[in-house]
Amino acid sequence: MTEKGTILYSVDPLIIHDHYEIDYRHSYAEDSPFFIGLSKGKLLGSRCTGCGYTYATPRSHCMDCGAPTAWQELPLTGRVHTFTTCHYGGEAFLKETPFTLILAEFDGADTLLLSRLKGIEPEAVRIGLPVVARFAKTPSFRVTDVWFEPDHPHPSLPPRGGG
Amino acid sequence: MISGGITKFAKAHPDKDFRLMVKEAYDYALRDVPRFSTDMIEGAVGSYFSDHFTRQLKAASMVQDYLGLCPRPSKRIEGGGATGGLCFQSAWEAVASGRMNCCVAFGFETMSRVNTWKGNEFIALASDTNFDFPVGGFYTGYYAMMVQRHMHEFGTTVEQMAMVSVKNHANALYNPYAQKAKRLTVKQVRESPMVATPLTMEDICTMSDGAAVCLLASEEVAGKVCDRPVKITGVGSGSDAMRMADRPHGKVILLPHEREADYAHLRYPGVHSFRGGRTAAKLAYQMAGIRNPMEQLSFVELHDAYTSSEIQTYEDLGLCKYGEGGRFVESGIPFMPGVDYGLELPKQGRLPVNPSGGLLACGHPVGATGLMQAVFAFWQLQRTISKHLGNDTLQVKNAERGLIHSHAGTGTYITVSILEAAE
Ligand SMILES: [Zn+2]
Repeated sequence: MTEKGTILYSVDPLIIHDHYEIDYRHSYAEDSPFFIGLSKGKLLGSRCTGCGYTYATPRSHCMDCGAPTAWQELPLTGRVHTFTTCHYGGEAFLKETPFTLILAEFDGADTLLLSRLKGIEPEAVRIGLPVVARFAKTPSFRVTDVWFEPDHPHPSLPPRGGG
Repeated sequence: MISGGITKFAKAHPDKDFRLMVKEAYDYALRDVPRFSTDMIEGAVGSYFSDHFTRQLKAASMVQDYLGLCPRPSKRIEGGGATGGLCFQSAWEAVASGRMNCCVAFGFETMSRVNTWKGNEFIALASDTNFDFPVGGFYTGYYAMMVQRHMHEFGTTVEQMAMVSVKNHANALYNPYAQKAKRLTVKQVRESPMVATPLTMEDICTMSDGAAVCLLASEEVAGKVCDRPVKITGVGSGSDAMRMADRPHGKVILLPHEREADYAHLRYPGVHSFRGGRTAAKLAYQMAGIRNPMEQLSFVELHDAYTSSEIQTYEDLGLCKYGEGGRFVESGIPFMPGVDYGLELPKQGRLPVNPSGGLLACGHPVGATGLMQAVFAFWQLQRTISKHLGNDTLQVKNAERGLIHSHAGTGTYITVSILEAAE
C-alpha cells in the first residue's frame, strides 16, 4: 500500500501488492574485534585457551571444550578448501553474479572462513589454490571487507597492490 | 500413524491461504479413517519454516482455530528444512510419552508470495548473518561447495548427480501430488542453466506452496479406528554447527555394519558429509533394531533438496560406505523397479530411494515437506499407493519398513524416522 493507492494484481482471488521494510541497530557484540580487525588489514581468528583448537571464523568460546578463546591473528595467505561460482543468488546479490565463493583454509587453524575469490577466471579455480587476503580501503564493517585473490596473480590480469 | 493427507504441491495456490491448504489435507486424512472421530484428537503440533514467507507470526494458531482444535494443546515447531521431520517427531513424542492418545501433526509453507530470488534470500537468512549471509548468501552456493569437496575426496561425478535428477523427476510422473514431474536425460540435466557450479537448475528442488497432515495415535486408539496402522519404530535426530566453515575434521561416526578400518584416511565430516544425519540414522537404527539398513529397509524417502545432497545422504544413512554414493546411484539400486528411465541400471530397484519423486520433483514447501514424506511412507506401508495416487507404479512391493529423512540448513538439524507395516 502506498499513499498513491493500492496495486492490484488480480481480483479473483483478490491479490494486492504489500511492501515491508525495517531498519535494525545491529551489534557485533563479542565478535566486534574481528570486524574492526578487517578495517586494519588483519584477519583475527580465535584460539581456545583450554584445548588450543583454533577457529578461522572466530567465536569467543570453544565449541569443543567450552573454555574462552583468545584472539589470534591468522596468516594472510591460505588455500582454497572448496569453491563454487554462483550464476544466480539471493535477490540482494543477484546484481553481483557471477561471483565465486570459497571456504579458505589456513596453516595453524582448524576451521575455515567463507569468503569471495576475485581476480581469477571461474574455470581456473581449484581446490588447494594458494590465495591471499585483500582488504577494502574504505571499510563497511561487514565480512565482505575481506576477500581473497590468487597468491600468484593470473598472468592475464594486472598486478594488484595488497594492504 | 493412522492417516495422512497432502495438498498438491504447486508453485502457487493463490485461491487458498495456509489455513485452507492444511484443512484440505486434514479433511483428506479424516476421510481415510471413517471410524475415527475428531473428539479423539487431544492436541496438535504445527510446522512452518519462515515468518518471512508468511509475514504472519503465530500462523499455526490460525490453523489450530481453523481446524476447530481450540482449546486443545498446540505449539509450533520450526527447524529450517527439517521443520516437518521435527514436527512429526514432536507429535510422536506427545503420543509415545503418554501425554496424548492422538496428536495431529500439520505443516505448510506459502513460498509463492515473493519472487524466487527473494525467496532464496529468505532461505539464506538461515545461515550466519554476520559471517555467511553477507558474502553472497545462497544455499545452492553452499551445497555446491560441499559437492565440489565430495567430488575432490571421492571422485563423484556430475553425471552421477544428474542420474538422481532423472530418477526423481521420472518417479514423479506417477505421483499426481508432485509439482514438477518430467522425463529427463543426464544430458538435459547438465545442459540446463548453471546455478552454482556444478549444480544446474535440474539439480535443485523448487519452491512450493503446499500442506501435509499426519494423524498419530496410541496403539490402542489405532487398533480401534484404523484397519492398517503403521508403527513408528525408530526416531533419531542430530545437529551440526551453523557455519559450514566450523565443521571439524575427525573420525567417522560408525554404524553397526561398518568398521573403523573402512575409513582409515577419511577426515570427517568436513564439508562433504553430514555428521548430524549420521547421528540421526544411528539413533533411529538403534531404536528400531536395524543392524544393516540396506537389507532391512524396503524404501527410503530422503531430503533431496539437491541431487548432490541425495548422494551425500545415501552415505550418512549407511546405504553405502562414505565415498560410494556416486557409484550407488550408478548401480541403479535407488531407482524404482519397473520404471523406464532410459538408463542402463544393473541393480535397478534393490532399494528405491524417493519413489515419490522427492523434493526435486514434488517441490519443497518447507514446513510440509517432512510430513509429506511421512504420508507417502505411510501409504507405501499400508500398500495403498494405488488408492491415493490413482496408479500403483510407485508401490514398493511387500513394503515392510521405510525410512524418512528430513534435513535443515547445511546439515544443522536432521531427523530420521523408521516406519513399519503392522503385522
Ligand atoms: Zn577448547
